[in-house]
Amino acid sequence: MSSPLRMASAIVGAAETEELGVIPDKSATQLHADAAIRAMEDAGVTNSDVDAVLTAGSPTQIAEYLGIQPTYIDGTSVGGCSFMLHVAHAAAALATGRCNVALITHGQSGRSRVGEGGRFGGGSTPSAQFEDSYGTWGAPSRFTVPFVRHMHEYGTTEEQLASVAVAQRQWATKNPRAMMRDPIEIQDVLDSRTICWPFHLFECCLVTDGGGALIMVAADRAKDFPKKPVYVMGMGESVEMTMISQMQDFTSSRAFVTSGREAFKMAEIKHSDVDHIMIYDAFAHLPIFAMEDLGFRKKGEAAPWFAEMKSAPGGELPVNTNGGGLSYTHTGMYGMFAIQESVRQLRGEAAAQVDDVTISLAHGVGGMFFAAGTLILTNDPSA
Amino acid sequence: MIRLVVPKRPFPRPTPETQAYWDACKEHKLTLQRCLNCEGQPAYFYPRPFCPTCLSRNIESFEASGKGTLHTYIIAHRGAPGFQDDVPYVIAVVELEEGPRMMSNIVDVEPTPENLPVDLPLEVTWEDLEREARDGTTEKIGLPLFRPARGGS
Ligand SMILES: [Zn+2]
Repeated sequence: MSSPLRMASAIVGAAETEELGVIPDKSATQLHADAAIRAMEDAGVTNSDVDAVLTAGSPTQIAEYLGIQPTYIDGTSVGGCSFMLHVAHAAAALATGRCNVALITHGQSGRSRVGEGGRFGGGSTPSAQFEDSYGTWGAPSRFTVPFVRHMHEYGTTEEQLASVAVAQRQWATKNPRAMMRDPIEIQDVLDSRTICWPFHLFECCLVTDGGGALIMVAADRAKDFPKKPVYVMGMGESVEMTMISQMQDFTSSRAFVTSGREAFKMAEIKHSDVDHIMIYDAFAHLPIFAMEDLGFRKKGEAAPWFAEMKSAPGGELPVNTNGGGLSYTHTGMYGMFAIQESVRQLRGEAAAQVDDVTISLAHGVGGMFFAAGTLILTNDPSA
Repeated sequence: MIRLVVPKRPFPRPTPETQAYWDACKEHKLTLQRCLNCEGQPAYFYPRPFCPTCLSRNIESFEASGKGTLHTYIIAHRGAPGFQDDVPYVIAVVELEEGPRMMSNIVDVEPTPENLPVDLPLEVTWEDLEREARDGTTEKIGLPLFRPARGGS
């Protein structure tokens, strides 16, 4: 039996902040608002139409700031994939009549730190007790830890890792909004500063300011809005742990596997039906892990596939066509930007538009392999 | 003049569930817990007063051998606050002989990929941390680190 949420909702408004990159004159909350207002304009709705607010952090603050009186709120905050989960949760709320017009927002002053809270949690959480004392200093020193095991078990090489950054830069050269647009070769990546061996600077995401927002409605109303609707076919979410040292298998994310499996089950499609993929790439190994864990490539076969430039412009399956977190933008919780690019590709309005995109998959990671969310989206109302 | 002192390593703050682990560390004893309910009495880490597999409260702590292998790692070329003078240094996941894995640093070895093959045999070694408590007394804790095993496995 099909899921009642399959094709039950649609994204009818989508926008990023007017600017991306370095935005010292806007607070984090204003970045939410800038994206939200532009998404409402894109959908032809206003704050009095919106009755659901979903954001990673404080939906209370966003509702107040934007003058919205919601009947449905969701503050799910599991890192950068939270927005994939918000789309999934909004789909359920719309299908069951809890709300009519859902607003999902993201804004982060990741670079300029204007109006942001404290950066470090500290305290006596498990990770504070069992990891911080070993000189970890955030994502670059922890997210990267599994990869050497992948190299050991599958013969994955430093050059293959670097090729992910090269392929994505090829997409970014076509995108005027991308922060990094100069073409690079494998050797440039390997020659960039070593951050945490085997990771170099160009294999680590950018740190930027920016935001994005989405408007969702029930699928049966989707055609009443000005833009081409993007329907939600499948969704999945999961978590695994809060310490990288406790990952069960350092060559595979349980959260990725679970989330991806659920999304494909609901969408009722084959992997070969997917035309376009967005994978949250905080670091260059994430597309490798995700292509394997989501079932697009067998274990050990994704890295050679990237090295053959199969994901690059002109390749067999386009991945991260905005340039990704490595070259486009990365505010801290990048998942929203992955969804935005899927929507643009499905609407036919992307900077580096791929031909004939009917189904796009957007996969997000939260924390450091701690959480995952997967969306399968389509522009075909009869899918 | 106010001097901001960044202690080299963040001092772990135990919770009631982890106090016994950190108390044992003070005496340079690395402890694990095991489930007396699950078949084979599997060991687990980090400390919890129940088995994470079957949720049984019928568990016990025991001293680990301190032997393990290098499961995966990075070589940090940028240091955390307080660690800037120590780069490059190794942040590793150690697979203990008893099965569980934990994060640690690999010390007493030049940190290069050539010196650190995956699955390298390791043994525990200790660093004592001290800090002044609010009441003026000195707090101490031991932190388990690992080094390449010196034979006699
Ligand atoms: Zn048990």
